[in-house]
Amino acid sequence: MIWQQLLNGLFLGAVYALFAVGYTLVFGVLDILNLAHAAIFTAAAFAALSLAAHGIPLPLAFLLAAAMAGIIGILLDRVAFAPLRRRNAGTLVPLISSIGVAIIIGAVLRGIYGVDEQHFANAGLEAAPAIRLGPVTFTTVELTIFVSAIVLMVVLSWMLRATALGRSIRAVAADRVAAALLGVHLERTIAATFYIASALGGAAGVLVGLEYNSVTLDMGSPIELKGLAVIVLGGMGSISGAVAGGFIIGAVETLAIACGLSEWRDAITFGVMFLILVARPVGLFGRRSLRQA
Amino acid sequence: MSVLAEFYARHSQLIDQIGVNAILALSLSVSLQAGQLALAQAAFMGIAAYVSAILALNAHWPLVAAIIAAVLVSTLVAALLAYPIRRLRGIFLAIATIGFGEIVRVFANNLNVTGGAEGLSSIPSDATTAVIYGSLALVALGLLLLSRTKFALAVSLVREDEYAARGVGIDVGAIRTISLALGGAIAGLGGALYAHSSFFITPNDFGFARMEEILVWCVIGGVTSPLGAVLGAALLSILPEVIRFLRDYREVTNGIILLAVILFAPGGLASLWRARRQRAARVRS
Repeated sequence: MIWQQLLNGLFLGAVYALFAVGYTLVFGVLDILNLAHAAIFTAAAFAALSLAAHGIPLPLAFLLAAAMAGIIGILLDRVAFAPLRRRNAGTLVPLISSIGVAIIIGAVLRGIYGVDEQHFANAGLEAAPAIRLGPVTFTTVELTIFVSAIVLMVVLSWMLRATALGRSIRAVAADRVAAALLGVHLERTIAATFYIASALGGAAGVLVGLEYNSVTLDMGSPIELKGLAVIVLGGMGSISGAVAGGFIIGAVETLAIACGLSEWRDAITFGVMFLILVARPVGLFGRRSLRQA
Repeated sequence: MSVLAEFYARHSQLIDQIGVNAILALSLSVSLQAGQLALAQAAFMGIAAYVSAILALNAHWPLVAAIIAAVLVSTLVAALLAYPIRRLRGIFLAIATIGFGEIVRVFANNLNVTGGAEGLSSIPSDATTAVIYGSLALVALGLLLLSRTKFALAVSLVREDEYAARGVGIDVGAIRTISLALGGAIAGLGGALYAHSSFFITPNDFGFARMEEILVWCVIGGVTSPLGAVLGAALLSILPEVIRFLRDYREVTNGIILLAVILFAPGGLASLWRARRQRAARVRS
């Protein structure tokens, strides 16, 4: 029983982590909280749903939807953040403009898909065979979701450590002005950051949609605030911290359910977040920010 | 006169809403003016809404007594919250207070006395338009008088440069606590009036979506003056009604207007008006 709960926590945690990695990446590079991240997460889930409904195989639909989410991310930056960056608008104003973009994305999705819950057509998700492994049971869908999330996060961390783009992103995160003086193309790097962050957030959206075989307009609202708890726990701006934070919150939530506290689950999550902020604002793991990715 | 009466009969609900929203926007503007991005206003509002509704429903307290008790409770909660978050700034403060709001919402969802997820209904709707606008006038007048005191000067110094403020002997912690408590009091007033003018309340009325809404009113109106907050709340409460004819495109338009104001009027709508007056003054002189 406890092993099954821990495994559920692992699956949940992988998706939280994937969502939070994009959240924290934007914060680490630009010091802004992007409140449209959850809207992009939702948009990608709907896009994958439409693609699958048109007969495109699920794995391809997943990748296309994530790529599209990345493009929305670049547009988001051009519309809502780039103009503010040019006039050094601080932290409050970008928060509001990202809310504006989230409202627009939500309204467009509602216009296209209506307010009802949608399901992936003919994906055979219910018929997915269950796998038994000692004391635990899981489906191939759950396993695929878990593996995809892990692969994406490994690729991201390799990319940040070992490629030229990764070095530029880390340089901009460390010191924007110095990076620009040393020849890093600022706007291009920021656009790439938004592409990566939003594509990962979109991927998380498709995976959540597949996990429950349910896509709704408000599927992003619970994860939007839980994502905050995750990145606070791991230290704002830290990629590895966000991954660890995702798994910790996933485990805490499933354990809360196991202890019969499911209604109080969110209070526990946000209580932990509040305590971390008050007692240790750099997160559980100290100052390992994006700069040392 | 009958035209006015007819207009009021048709729109009285919206008119009441505008008044309550303006009070809520004012409550946030108080902490924003002290440079604190504390986003717990929806939680303070919710706490007061529940307290006043419970007192009215279970103990049959009269309106004024219920409101006063609710405001005292939300003020106390805000003052107590100020202590643990005293060292947090900027985004970190915002996230901590958002977390506090979520915790309050979970409690409202699970306690018996708050009626769980269904909330409370049959709350006496005795907060009339006169009561709401009387309260708004009281708050606005109070803030206006406050803005001419030394306290307001200290608040703006804390906002602009905390270290300088410390340097000249201002107790920054006290200023922050008082601003948060004052914001909590005003949000509580708004919440109690909300409960007593909307018949029923549920925990989701006081969630993050509400907080975002209040924040948007403030920033669109302009965060540097109470006038901006009232203006933002009024305009954005009326806007959805005015653009009702756009039907499906209504929310898109809402978002676009929000973005346009942020991008083209950095200081909010109130600043546009001020800039025009300043230009006019320059031309005259």
